[in-house]
Amino acid sequence: MTLEDKLGPNGDAFYNTLMNTHEGLTDAQSHALNARLVLILANEIGDLQKLTALLMAAKGV
Amino acid sequence: MAYDYAPFPYSPPPGLTAPEPRHPVVIVGAGPIGLAMAIDLAQHGVASVVLDDNNVVSVGSRAICWAKRTLEIFDRLGIGERMLAKGVTWKIGRNFHGDKQVYAFDLLPEPGHKYPAFINLQQYYVEQYLAERTRDFPDLIDLRFLNKVTAHTDHGDHVTLDIATPDGHYTLTTDYYIACDGAGSATRKRMDLPFEGQTFEEHFLIVDVEMETSPFGNHDTPERWFWFNPPFHNGQSALLHKQPDNIYRIDLQLGPDTDPKLEATEEKVLPRIKAIVGDTPFRLDWMSVYKFRCAKLDRFVHNRVIFVGDSAHVVSPFGARGGNGGIQDVDNLGWKIAAVLNGQAPEKLIESYNTERVHGSAENILNSARATNFMTPKSPIEALFRNEVLSLAADHPFARKLINSGRLSQPCDLSSSPLSTAGDAPIAPGFPMMDAPLDGPDGPTWLTTAVQGHFTLMTASTMPLPAIKGIHRIGINQQADYPCFASAGGHAETRYGTDRIYLLRPDGHVCAVFDTADPAAIKAARDRALGVTI
Repeated sequence: MTLEDKLGPNGDAFYNTLMNTHEGLTDAQSHALNARLVLILANEIGDLQKLTALLMAAKGV
Repeated sequence: MAYDYAPFPYSPPPGLTAPEPRHPVVIVGAGPIGLAMAIDLAQHGVASVVLDDNNVVSVGSRAICWAKRTLEIFDRLGIGERMLAKGVTWKIGRNFHGDKQVYAFDLLPEPGHKYPAFINLQQYYVEQYLAERTRDFPDLIDLRFLNKVTAHTDHGDHVTLDIATPDGHYTLTTDYYIACDGAGSATRKRMDLPFEGQTFEEHFLIVDVEMETSPFGNHDTPERWFWFNPPFHNGQSALLHKQPDNIYRIDLQLGPDTDPKLEATEEKVLPRIKAIVGDTPFRLDWMSVYKFRCAKLDRFVHNRVIFVGDSAHVVSPFGARGGNGGIQDVDNLGWKIAAVLNGQAPEKLIESYNTERVHGSAENILNSARATNFMTPKSPIEALFRNEVLSLAADHPFARKLINSGRLSQPCDLSSSPLSTAGDAPIAPGFPMMDAPLDGPDGPTWLTTAVQGHFTLMTASTMPLPAIKGIHRIGINQQADYPCFASAGGHAETRYGTDRIYLLRPDGHVCAVFDTADPAAIKAARDRALGVTI
Protein backbone atom coordinates (compact mmCIF):
# COMPACT_ATOMS: atom_id res chain seq x y z
CA MET A 1 0.00 0.00 0.00
CA THR A 2 1.31 3.43 -0.99
CA LEU A 3 -0.25 6.46 0.66
CA GLU A 4 -0.56 9.52 -1.54
CA ASP A 5 -0.72 13.05 -0.20
CA LYS A 6 -4.19 14.34 0.70
CA LEU A 7 -3.23 17.32 2.83
CA GLY A 8 -2.08 19.38 -0.17
CA PRO A 9 -0.93 22.86 0.78
CA ASN A 10 -2.05 22.33 4.39
CA GLY A 11 0.59 19.73 5.30
CA ASP A 12 2.89 22.11 7.15
CA ALA A 13 0.01 23.79 8.96
CA PHE A 14 -1.34 20.41 10.08
CA TYR A 15 2.06 19.25 11.31
CA ASN A 16 2.54 22.50 13.19
CA THR A 17 -0.89 22.16 14.85
CA LEU A 18 -0.12 18.58 15.83
CA MET A 19 3.14 19.67 17.48
CA ASN A 20 1.37 22.52 19.26
CA THR A 21 -1.23 20.08 20.59
CA HIS A 22 1.55 18.10 22.26
CA GLU A 23 3.34 21.12 23.64
CA GLY A 24 3.77 21.08 27.40
CA LEU A 25 2.62 17.46 27.84
CA THR A 26 4.65 14.79 29.65
CA ASP A 27 5.69 11.74 27.63
CA ALA A 28 2.89 9.72 29.23
CA GLN A 29 0.33 12.41 28.43
CA SER A 30 1.55 12.60 24.84
CA HIS A 31 1.33 8.82 24.57
CA ALA A 32 -2.25 8.92 25.81
CA LEU A 33 -3.11 11.77 23.47
CA ASN A 34 -1.76 9.78 20.53
CA ALA A 35 -3.89 6.77 21.54
CA ARG A 36 -7.02 8.91 21.73
CA LEU A 37 -6.12 10.48 18.40
CA VAL A 38 -5.80 7.06 16.69
CA LEU A 39 -9.20 6.03 18.03
CA ILE A 40 -10.84 9.30 16.95
CA LEU A 41 -9.32 9.17 13.47
CA ALA A 42 -10.29 5.49 13.10
CA ASN A 43 -13.87 6.38 13.88
CA GLU A 44 -13.72 9.20 11.31
CA ILE A 45 -12.47 6.75 8.65
CA GLY A 46 -15.07 4.21 9.68
CA ASP A 47 -14.12 1.52 7.13
CA LEU A 48 -12.70 -1.67 8.67
CA GLN A 49 -11.02 -2.90 5.51
CA LYS A 50 -9.29 0.44 4.97
CA LEU A 51 -8.34 0.65 8.66
CA THR A 52 -6.78 -2.80 8.57
CA ALA A 53 -4.71 -1.85 5.54
CA LEU A 54 -3.63 1.42 7.24
CA LEU A 55 -2.61 -0.46 10.38
CA MET A 56 -0.45 -2.76 8.25
CA ALA A 57 1.10 0.24 6.47
CA ALA A 58 1.98 1.80 9.82
CA LYS A 59 3.52 -1.45 10.96
CA GLY A 60 5.55 -1.59 7.76
CA VAL A 61 4.12 -4.89 6.52
CA MET B 1 39.91 30.85 -6.18
CA ALA B 2 38.99 33.10 -3.28
CA TYR B 3 36.85 36.13 -4.10
CA ASP B 4 38.83 39.35 -4.49
CA TYR B 5 37.32 41.88 -2.10
CA ALA B 6 38.23 45.15 -3.85
CA PRO B 7 37.32 48.18 -1.72
CA PHE B 8 34.95 50.77 -3.18
CA PRO B 9 36.51 54.24 -3.50
CA TYR B 10 35.72 56.93 -0.95
CA SER B 11 35.62 60.57 -1.97
CA PRO B 12 34.75 63.47 0.32
CA PRO B 13 31.00 64.23 -0.07
CA PRO B 14 29.97 67.75 -1.17
CA GLY B 15 28.09 68.28 2.11
CA LEU B 16 31.39 68.66 3.95
CA THR B 17 32.10 71.98 2.29
CA ALA B 18 28.64 73.44 1.55
CA PRO B 19 25.05 72.53 2.44
CA GLU B 20 23.54 70.12 -0.10
CA PRO B 21 20.09 70.65 -1.62
CA ARG B 22 17.27 68.51 -0.21
CA HIS B 23 17.45 65.01 -1.71
CA PRO B 24 14.29 63.10 -2.66
CA VAL B 25 15.62 59.83 -1.19
CA VAL B 26 18.51 58.83 1.05
CA ILE B 27 19.16 55.08 1.33
CA VAL B 28 21.11 53.92 4.37
CA GLY B 29 23.02 50.71 3.67
CA ALA B 30 24.69 49.59 0.42
CA GLY B 31 24.05 45.86 0.76
CA PRO B 32 22.02 44.01 -1.87
CA ILE B 33 18.78 45.61 -0.67
CA GLY B 34 20.04 49.21 -0.57
CA LEU B 35 21.74 48.92 -3.96
CA ALA B 36 18.69 47.26 -5.56
CA MET B 37 16.51 50.03 -4.06
CA ALA B 38 18.68 52.74 -5.63
CA ILE B 39 18.58 51.04 -9.05
CA ASP B 40 14.82 50.52 -8.91
CA LEU B 41 14.28 54.19 -8.05
CA ALA B 42 16.73 55.32 -10.75
CA GLN B 43 14.85 53.26 -13.35
CA HIS B 44 11.75 55.25 -12.32
CA GLY B 45 13.73 58.48 -12.68
CA VAL B 46 14.18 59.11 -8.93
CA ALA B 47 17.59 60.24 -7.65
CA SER B 48 19.01 58.85 -4.40
CA VAL B 49 22.07 59.09 -2.19
CA VAL B 50 23.25 55.74 -0.80
CA LEU B 51 25.25 55.85 2.44
CA ASP B 52 27.28 52.97 3.84
CA ASP B 53 29.63 52.91 6.82
CA ASN B 54 31.76 50.23 5.10
CA ASN B 55 33.51 50.04 1.72
CA VAL B 56 33.50 46.39 0.64
CA VAL B 57 30.83 43.95 -0.48
CA SER B 58 29.50 41.25 1.86
CA VAL B 59 32.35 39.30 3.46
CA GLY B 60 31.42 35.63 3.18
CA SER B 61 28.80 34.15 0.86
CA ARG B 62 25.82 34.78 3.23
CA ALA B 63 22.62 34.89 1.14
CA ILE B 64 23.17 32.36 -1.65
CA CYS B 65 19.74 31.07 -2.82
CA TRP B 66 17.89 33.39 -5.19
CA ALA B 67 14.37 32.33 -6.13
CA LYS B 68 12.69 32.65 -9.50
CA ARG B 69 10.56 35.68 -8.67
CA THR B 70 13.65 37.43 -7.26
CA LEU B 71 15.56 36.66 -10.46
CA GLU B 72 12.69 38.16 -12.48
CA ILE B 73 12.95 41.31 -10.35
CA PHE B 74 16.74 41.35 -10.84
CA ASP B 75 16.07 40.96 -14.57
CA ARG B 76 14.05 44.16 -14.45
CA LEU B 77 16.89 45.82 -12.49
CA GLY B 78 19.38 44.75 -15.18
CA ILE B 79 21.49 42.02 -13.53
CA GLY B 80 19.27 38.92 -13.82
CA GLU B 81 21.01 37.45 -16.87
CA ARG B 82 24.44 38.00 -15.35
CA MET B 83 23.34 36.23 -12.15
CA LEU B 84 21.90 33.32 -14.11
CA ALA B 85 25.08 32.95 -16.17
CA LYS B 86 27.33 32.90 -13.09
CA GLY B 87 25.03 31.08 -10.65
CA VAL B 88 24.62 27.36 -10.10
CA THR B 89 21.22 26.09 -11.19
CA TRP B 90 20.68 23.12 -8.95
CA LYS B 91 18.71 20.19 -10.11
CA ILE B 92 18.67 17.18 -7.78
CA GLY B 93 17.73 17.23 -4.11
CA ARG B 94 18.43 14.29 -1.82
CA ASN B 95 17.16 13.87 1.71
CA PHE B 96 18.92 11.45 4.01
CA HIS B 97 18.00 10.04 7.39
CA GLY B 98 21.17 8.71 8.98
CA ASP B 99 23.15 7.09 6.17
CA LYS B 100 20.00 6.09 4.24
CA GLN B 101 18.58 8.16 1.41
CA VAL B 102 14.91 8.76 2.21
CA TYR B 103 14.11 10.09 -1.24
CA ALA B 104 15.47 12.18 -4.08
CA PHE B 105 13.69 14.67 -6.27
CA ASP B 106 14.49 16.20 -9.61
CA LEU B 107 13.80 19.89 -9.72
CA LEU B 108 13.14 19.83 -13.45
CA PRO B 109 12.45 23.37 -14.54
CA GLU B 110 8.92 23.96 -15.80
CA PRO B 111 9.20 24.90 -19.48
CA GLY B 112 8.36 28.39 -20.64
CA HIS B 113 10.12 30.49 -17.97
CA LYS B 114 13.23 32.61 -18.44
CA TYR B 115 14.47 31.78 -14.93
CA PRO B 116 14.67 28.48 -13.02
CA ALA B 117 13.11 27.83 -9.58
CA PHE B 118 16.28 29.18 -8.02
CA ILE B 119 20.02 29.52 -8.37
CA ASN B 120 22.88 29.57 -5.89
CA LEU B 121 25.11 32.64 -6.08
CA GLN B 122 27.18 34.21 -3.33
CA GLN B 123 25.91 37.51 -1.97
CA TYR B 124 29.23 39.21 -2.76
CA TYR B 125 28.67 38.60 -6.49
CA VAL B 126 25.15 39.98 -6.30
CA GLU B 127 26.41 43.09 -4.51
CA GLN B 128 29.24 43.49 -7.01
CA TYR B 129 26.84 43.21 -9.99
CA LEU B 130 24.44 45.68 -8.37
CA ALA B 131 27.24 48.13 -7.56
CA GLU B 132 28.45 47.92 -11.17
CA ARG B 133 24.90 48.41 -12.43
CA THR B 134 24.55 51.63 -10.38
CA ARG B 135 27.25 53.16 -12.62
CA ASP B 136 24.73 53.15 -15.47
CA PHE B 137 22.92 55.94 -13.55
CA PRO B 138 25.67 58.49 -12.73
CA ASP B 139 23.13 61.34 -12.44
CA LEU B 140 20.64 59.43 -10.31
CA ILE B 141 22.68 57.26 -7.91
CA ASP B 142 25.24 58.83 -5.59
CA LEU B 143 27.09 56.04 -3.73
CA ARG B 144 28.95 57.21 -0.65
CA PHE B 145 31.11 54.67 1.16
CA LEU B 146 32.63 55.25 4.62
CA ASN B 147 29.66 57.54 5.34
CA LYS B 148 28.21 56.52 8.71
CA VAL B 149 24.85 57.89 9.81
CA THR B 150 25.17 58.88 13.47
CA ALA B 151 21.73 60.47 14.01
CA HIS B 152 18.52 61.26 12.18
CA THR B 153 15.44 63.33 12.92
CA ASP B 154 12.03 63.10 11.26
CA HIS B 155 10.56 66.58 10.83
CA GLY B 156 7.18 65.46 9.49
CA ASP B 157 7.69 66.20 5.79
CA HIS B 158 11.45 65.58 5.65
CA VAL B 159 14.26 63.89 7.55
CA THR B 160 17.67 65.25 8.50
CA LEU B 161 20.71 62.99 8.92
CA ASP B 162 24.03 63.55 10.66
CA ILE B 163 26.82 61.71 8.89
CA ALA B 164 30.42 60.96 9.91
CA THR B 165 33.14 60.52 7.26
CA PRO B 166 36.94 60.13 7.44
CA ASP B 167 37.05 63.88 6.73
CA GLY B 168 34.54 64.98 9.34
CA HIS B 169 30.78 65.42 9.82
CA TYR B 170 28.05 66.80 7.60
CA THR B 171 24.27 66.93 7.37
CA LEU B 172 21.81 65.82 4.70
CA THR B 173 18.11 66.55 4.26
CA THR B 174 15.78 64.18 2.43
CA ASP B 175 12.11 63.65 1.64
CA TYR B 176 12.37 59.92 2.39
CA TYR B 177 14.87 57.98 4.50
CA ILE B 178 15.00 54.32 3.46
CA ALA B 179 16.66 52.11 6.08
CA CYS B 180 18.39 49.16 4.39
CA ASP B 181 20.89 48.79 7.21
CA GLY B 182 20.37 45.12 7.87
CA ALA B 183 19.42 42.84 10.76
CA GLY B 184 21.29 44.97 13.32
CA SER B 185 19.76 48.18 11.89
CA ALA B 186 21.20 51.22 13.69
CA THR B 187 18.20 53.22 12.41
CA ARG B 188 15.81 50.86 14.19
CA LYS B 189 17.86 51.02 17.40
CA ARG B 190 18.01 54.83 17.37
CA MET B 191 14.22 54.88 17.08
CA ASP B 192 13.95 52.28 19.85
CA LEU B 193 11.42 50.23 17.87
CA PRO B 194 10.50 46.80 19.26
CA PHE B 195 11.77 43.96 17.07
CA GLU B 196 10.13 40.85 18.40
CA GLY B 197 9.57 37.24 17.50
CA GLN B 198 10.85 33.73 18.11
CA THR B 199 14.51 33.09 18.96
CA PHE B 200 15.83 29.61 18.27
CA GLU B 201 18.29 28.16 20.75
CA GLU B 202 20.15 26.00 18.26
CA HIS B 203 23.56 27.06 17.05
CA PHE B 204 24.43 26.51 13.41
CA LEU B 205 27.83 26.43 11.77
CA ILE B 206 28.07 27.68 8.17
CA VAL B 207 31.23 26.83 6.29
CA ASP B 208 32.20 27.53 2.70
CA VAL B 209 34.88 25.22 1.36
CA GLU B 210 36.53 25.24 -2.04
CA MET B 211 36.99 21.79 -3.60
CA GLU B 212 38.06 20.82 -7.11
CA THR B 213 36.35 17.44 -6.80
CA SER B 214 32.59 17.38 -6.38
CA PRO B 215 31.46 15.73 -3.15
CA PHE B 216 28.34 14.53 -5.02
CA GLY B 217 29.97 11.38 -6.36
CA ASN B 218 31.09 10.73 -9.94
CA HIS B 219 29.10 13.41 -11.70
CA ASP B 220 28.96 17.15 -12.16
CA THR B 221 25.23 17.65 -11.57
CA PRO B 222 24.76 20.24 -8.82
CA GLU B 223 22.76 18.71 -6.01
CA ARG B 224 21.44 19.67 -2.61
CA TRP B 225 21.94 17.10 0.12
CA PHE B 226 20.15 17.34 3.40
CA TRP B 227 20.69 14.95 6.31
CA PHE B 228 18.55 14.37 9.34
CA ASN B 229 20.75 12.66 11.95
CA PRO B 230 23.80 12.49 9.66
CA PRO B 231 26.15 9.57 10.37
CA PHE B 232 29.11 11.96 10.50
CA HIS B 233 27.53 14.40 12.93
CA ASN B 234 25.47 12.74 15.57
CA GLY B 235 21.92 13.69 16.40
CA GLN B 236 21.80 16.88 14.33
CA SER B 237 21.11 18.03 10.78
CA ALA B 238 23.44 18.92 7.92
CA LEU B 239 23.11 20.58 4.53
CA LEU B 240 25.50 20.59 1.58
CA HIS B 241 25.06 22.48 -1.67
CA LYS B 242 27.10 24.04 -4.40
CA GLN B 243 27.94 27.64 -5.25
CA PRO B 244 29.94 28.93 -8.24
CA ASP B 245 33.75 28.74 -8.27
CA ASN B 246 33.73 25.21 -6.78
CA ILE B 247 32.64 26.61 -3.44
CA TYR B 248 30.42 24.32 -1.36
CA ARG B 249 28.17 25.54 1.43
CA ILE B 250 27.97 23.29 4.47
CA ASP B 251 25.45 24.02 7.25
CA LEU B 252 25.75 22.00 10.45
CA GLN B 253 23.33 22.14 13.33
CA LEU B 254 25.43 22.20 16.51
CA GLY B 255 22.81 22.07 19.22
CA PRO B 256 21.88 24.60 21.90
CA ASP B 257 24.80 24.02 24.29
CA THR B 258 27.56 25.27 22.07
CA ASP B 259 30.30 27.80 22.56
CA PRO B 260 30.19 29.75 19.27
CA LYS B 261 33.70 31.18 19.71
CA LEU B 262 35.18 27.73 20.28
CA GLU B 263 33.29 26.22 17.32
CA ALA B 264 34.34 28.88 14.80
CA THR B 265 37.96 27.76 14.83
CA GLU B 266 39.83 25.75 12.21
CA GLU B 267 40.78 23.22 14.86
CA LYS B 268 37.12 22.38 15.45
CA VAL B 269 35.82 22.90 11.91
CA LEU B 270 38.38 20.93 9.87
CA PRO B 271 37.53 17.52 11.41
CA ARG B 272 33.81 18.22 10.87
CA ILE B 273 34.41 18.93 7.16
CA LYS B 274 36.65 15.87 6.76
CA ALA B 275 33.86 13.76 8.25
CA ILE B 276 31.66 14.85 5.32
CA VAL B 277 34.03 15.03 2.36
CA GLY B 278 36.56 12.39 3.41
CA ASP B 279 40.05 12.71 1.96
CA THR B 280 39.04 15.15 -0.81
CA PRO B 281 41.40 18.13 -0.58
CA PHE B 282 39.67 21.40 0.24
CA ARG B 283 40.33 25.00 1.22
CA LEU B 284 38.37 26.71 3.99
CA ASP B 285 36.91 29.89 2.49
CA TRP B 286 34.65 31.36 5.18
CA MET B 287 32.86 30.27 8.33
CA SER B 288 30.38 31.60 10.81
CA VAL B 289 28.60 30.25 13.89
CA TYR B 290 25.23 31.76 14.60
CA LYS B 291 21.88 31.49 16.31
CA PHE B 292 18.92 32.93 14.52
CA ARG B 293 15.53 34.31 15.16
CA CYS B 294 12.37 35.12 13.31
CA ALA B 295 11.35 38.69 14.15
CA LYS B 296 9.86 41.76 12.55
CA LEU B 297 8.83 45.30 13.19
CA ASP B 298 5.12 45.92 13.76
CA ARG B 299 5.23 48.58 11.06
CA PHE B 300 7.73 49.08 8.24
CA VAL B 301 6.65 52.67 7.50
CA HIS B 302 7.33 55.24 10.23
CA ASN B 303 6.25 58.47 8.60
CA ARG B 304 9.23 59.46 6.38
CA VAL B 305 11.48 56.62 7.59
CA ILE B 306 10.84 53.34 5.75
CA PHE B 307 12.39 49.99 6.64
CA VAL B 308 13.30 47.57 3.85
CA GLY B 309 14.86 44.10 4.03
CA ASP B 310 16.50 42.69 7.17
CA SER B 311 16.12 45.98 9.05
CA ALA B 312 12.35 45.32 8.93
CA HIS B 313 12.26 41.54 9.32
CA VAL B 314 14.62 38.63 9.91
CA VAL B 315 13.96 34.94 9.32
CA SER B 316 15.81 31.69 9.85
CA PRO B 317 17.80 30.75 6.75
CA PHE B 318 15.73 27.65 5.88
CA GLY B 319 13.65 28.40 2.82
CA ALA B 320 15.83 31.28 1.63
CA ARG B 321 13.47 34.04 2.62
CA GLY B 322 15.91 36.69 3.86
CA GLY B 323 17.46 38.06 0.68
CA ASN B 324 14.46 37.03 -1.42
CA GLY B 325 12.02 38.70 0.97
CA GLY B 326 14.11 41.87 0.94
CA ILE B 327 14.15 42.07 -2.85
CA GLN B 328 10.36 41.71 -2.87
CA ASP B 329 10.24 44.68 -0.46
CA VAL B 330 12.29 46.71 -2.93
CA ASP B 331 10.06 45.65 -5.82
CA ASN B 332 6.99 46.70 -3.84
CA LEU B 333 8.32 50.07 -2.64
CA GLY B 334 10.26 51.41 -5.65
CA TRP B 335 7.37 52.28 -7.95
CA LYS B 336 5.29 53.62 -5.06
CA ILE B 337 7.92 56.12 -3.87
CA ALA B 338 8.49 57.13 -7.50
CA ALA B 339 4.74 57.61 -8.13
CA VAL B 340 4.43 59.79 -5.00
CA LEU B 341 7.55 61.86 -5.74
CA ASN B 342 6.53 62.30 -9.39
CA GLY B 343 3.09 63.53 -8.33
CA GLN B 344 1.14 60.61 -9.83
CA ALA B 345 -0.07 59.20 -6.53
CA PRO B 346 -1.00 60.51 -3.09
CA GLU B 347 1.44 60.03 -0.21
CA LYS B 348 -0.86 57.42 1.36
CA LEU B 349 0.22 54.97 -1.38
CA ILE B 350 3.35 54.43 0.75
CA GLU B 351 1.13 53.02 3.48
CA SER B 352 0.23 50.14 1.15
CA TYR B 353 3.91 49.11 1.22
CA ASN B 354 3.46 48.69 4.94
CA THR B 355 0.25 46.66 4.56
CA GLU B 356 1.53 44.44 1.75
CA ARG B 357 5.04 43.74 3.04
CA VAL B 358 4.07 43.26 6.70
CA HIS B 359 1.73 40.59 5.30
CA GLY B 360 4.49 39.14 3.09
CA SER B 361 7.05 38.99 5.86
CA ALA B 362 4.58 37.40 8.28
CA GLU B 363 4.11 34.65 5.67
CA ASN B 364 7.90 34.24 5.35
CA ILE B 365 8.33 34.07 9.12
CA LEU B 366 5.55 31.48 9.42
CA ASN B 367 7.17 29.25 6.79
CA SER B 368 10.72 29.48 8.06
CA ALA B 369 9.67 29.02 11.69
CA ARG B 370 7.82 25.83 10.70
CA ALA B 371 10.89 24.49 8.86
CA THR B 372 13.10 25.31 11.81
CA ASN B 373 10.71 23.61 14.22
CA PHE B 374 10.71 20.48 12.07
CA MET B 375 14.50 20.44 11.91
CA THR B 376 15.07 21.13 15.58
CA PRO B 377 12.56 19.08 17.60
CA LYS B 378 12.06 20.68 21.00
CA SER B 379 10.88 17.60 22.90
CA PRO B 380 11.09 13.79 22.71
CA ILE B 381 7.59 13.63 21.24
CA GLU B 382 8.50 16.12 18.49
CA ALA B 383 11.62 14.06 17.74
CA LEU B 384 9.51 10.90 17.62
CA PHE B 385 7.03 12.34 15.12
CA ARG B 386 9.86 13.77 13.03
CA ASN B 387 11.68 10.42 12.88
CA GLU B 388 8.50 8.50 12.04
CA VAL B 389 7.66 10.96 9.23
CA LEU B 390 11.13 10.23 7.88
CA SER B 391 10.69 6.46 8.11
CA LEU B 392 7.26 6.58 6.41
CA ALA B 393 8.69 8.79 3.65
CA ALA B 394 10.66 5.96 2.05
CA ASP B 395 7.38 4.26 1.01
CA HIS B 396 4.67 6.89 1.22
CA PRO B 397 4.52 10.10 -0.84
CA PHE B 398 2.26 11.80 1.72
CA ALA B 399 5.03 11.66 4.33
CA ARG B 400 7.58 13.14 1.92
CA LYS B 401 5.37 16.19 1.70
CA LEU B 402 5.60 16.61 5.48
CA ILE B 403 9.41 16.62 5.55
CA ASN B 404 10.32 20.24 5.96
CA SER B 405 13.93 21.30 5.44
CA GLY B 406 12.80 24.69 4.16
CA ARG B 407 10.00 25.58 1.76
CA LEU B 408 11.19 27.45 -1.28
CA SER B 409 10.39 31.15 -1.18
CA GLN B 410 7.24 31.91 -3.16
CA PRO B 411 6.04 35.39 -4.04
CA CYS B 412 3.26 36.42 -1.74
CA ASP B 413 -0.40 36.75 -2.56
CA LEU B 414 -1.68 40.33 -2.29
CA SER B 415 -5.34 39.55 -3.02
CA SER B 416 -6.39 41.12 0.29
CA SER B 417 -4.48 44.32 -0.49
CA PRO B 418 -6.49 47.56 -0.73
CA LEU B 419 -4.75 48.15 -4.07
CA SER B 420 -6.28 45.01 -5.64
CA THR B 421 -9.66 45.05 -7.40
CA ALA B 422 -11.36 41.69 -6.79
CA GLY B 423 -11.82 39.50 -9.82
CA ASP B 424 -11.64 36.00 -11.19
CA ALA B 425 -8.98 34.79 -13.65
CA PRO B 426 -6.35 32.05 -14.07
CA ILE B 427 -3.95 34.47 -12.35
CA ALA B 428 -6.17 36.29 -9.89
CA PRO B 429 -5.66 39.87 -8.69
CA GLY B 430 -2.94 40.00 -6.03
CA PHE B 431 -0.77 37.29 -7.58
CA PRO B 432 2.42 38.08 -9.44
CA MET B 433 2.47 37.65 -13.20
CA MET B 434 3.82 34.41 -14.63
CA ASP B 435 6.47 34.44 -17.27
CA ALA B 436 5.89 33.11 -20.81
CA PRO B 437 8.05 32.98 -23.93
CA LEU B 438 7.09 35.39 -26.72
CA ASP B 439 8.17 36.23 -30.25
CA GLY B 440 8.29 39.94 -30.96
CA PRO B 441 9.46 42.31 -33.67
CA ASP B 442 12.99 42.07 -32.22
CA GLY B 443 12.99 38.29 -31.95
CA PRO B 444 12.32 35.96 -29.01
CA THR B 445 11.69 37.58 -25.64
CA TRP B 446 9.86 36.97 -22.36
CA LEU B 447 6.63 38.34 -20.96
CA THR B 448 8.32 39.47 -17.73
CA THR B 449 10.88 41.42 -19.76
CA ALA B 450 8.18 42.97 -21.94
CA VAL B 451 5.89 44.28 -19.20
CA GLN B 452 7.70 45.02 -15.97
CA GLY B 453 8.21 48.49 -14.60
CA HIS B 454 4.96 50.16 -15.73
CA PHE B 455 1.25 49.83 -15.29
CA THR B 456 0.48 47.55 -18.22
CA LEU B 457 -2.68 46.19 -19.81
CA MET B 458 -2.00 42.75 -21.18
CA THR B 459 -4.18 40.21 -22.90
CA ALA B 460 -3.99 36.97 -24.83
CA SER B 461 -7.59 37.49 -26.00
CA THR B 462 -8.84 39.06 -29.23
CA MET B 463 -10.20 42.12 -27.35
CA PRO B 464 -8.49 45.36 -28.44
CA LEU B 465 -6.89 47.18 -25.51
CA PRO B 466 -8.10 50.77 -24.97
CA ALA B 467 -5.61 53.66 -24.85
CA ILE B 468 -5.45 55.14 -21.35
CA LYS B 469 -2.90 57.78 -20.37
CA GLY B 470 -0.11 56.31 -18.22
CA ILE B 471 -0.92 52.67 -19.01
CA HIS B 472 1.25 50.61 -21.37
CA ARG B 473 -0.35 47.95 -23.55
CA ILE B 474 0.78 44.55 -24.73
CA GLY B 475 -1.19 42.28 -27.03
CA ILE B 476 -0.43 38.59 -27.36
CA ASN B 477 -1.40 36.97 -30.68
CA GLN B 478 -2.94 40.30 -31.73
CA GLN B 479 -2.23 42.87 -34.41
CA ALA B 480 -2.72 46.43 -33.18
CA ASP B 481 -1.10 49.85 -32.96
CA TYR B 482 0.49 48.95 -29.58
CA PRO B 483 3.32 46.41 -29.01
CA CYS B 484 2.17 42.93 -29.97
CA PHE B 485 3.88 39.59 -29.59
CA ALA B 486 3.21 36.05 -30.72
CA SER B 487 2.99 33.47 -27.97
CA ALA B 488 5.73 30.85 -28.28
CA GLY B 489 4.71 27.32 -27.38
CA GLY B 490 1.24 28.33 -26.20
CA HIS B 491 2.37 29.08 -22.61
CA ALA B 492 0.86 32.58 -22.44
CA GLU B 493 -2.63 31.37 -23.42
CA THR B 494 -2.42 28.46 -20.97
CA ARG B 495 -1.29 30.67 -18.09
CA TYR B 496 -3.54 33.69 -18.71
CA GLY B 497 -6.50 32.25 -20.63
CA THR B 498 -7.87 33.80 -23.82
CA ASP B 499 -10.87 35.68 -22.42
CA ARG B 500 -9.35 38.13 -19.94
CA ILE B 501 -7.59 41.48 -19.89
CA TYR B 502 -5.05 41.88 -17.10
CA LEU B 503 -3.94 45.10 -15.47
CA LEU B 504 -0.44 44.67 -14.05
CA ARG B 505 1.21 46.94 -11.50
CA PRO B 506 4.76 48.18 -12.15
CA ASP B 507 6.00 45.39 -9.84
CA GLY B 508 4.32 42.76 -12.04
CA HIS B 509 1.49 41.89 -9.64
CA VAL B 510 -1.95 41.55 -11.20
CA CYS B 511 -4.10 44.33 -9.69
CA ALA B 512 -7.29 43.80 -11.72
CA VAL B 513 -8.80 41.58 -14.42
CA PHE B 514 -11.55 42.36 -16.93
CA ASP B 515 -13.72 40.32 -19.28
CA THR B 516 -14.52 43.39 -21.40
CA ALA B 517 -12.32 46.28 -22.48
CA ASP B 518 -14.14 48.90 -20.39
CA PRO B 519 -11.90 52.00 -20.18
CA ALA B 520 -13.74 53.44 -17.16
CA ALA B 521 -13.36 50.21 -15.16
CA ILE B 522 -9.68 49.92 -16.13
CA LYS B 523 -8.97 53.51 -15.16
CA ALA B 524 -10.78 53.03 -11.83
CA ALA B 525 -8.69 49.93 -11.05
CA ARG B 526 -5.47 51.77 -11.92
CA ASP B 527 -6.47 54.69 -9.68
CA ARG B 528 -7.19 52.26 -6.89
CA ALA B 529 -3.77 50.64 -7.35
CA LEU B 530 -2.19 54.10 -7.17
CA GLY B 531 -3.94 54.75 -3.88
CA VAL B 532 -5.99 57.62 -5.39
CA THR B 533 -9.34 56.09 -4.45
CA ILE B 534 -8.60 53.96 -1.38
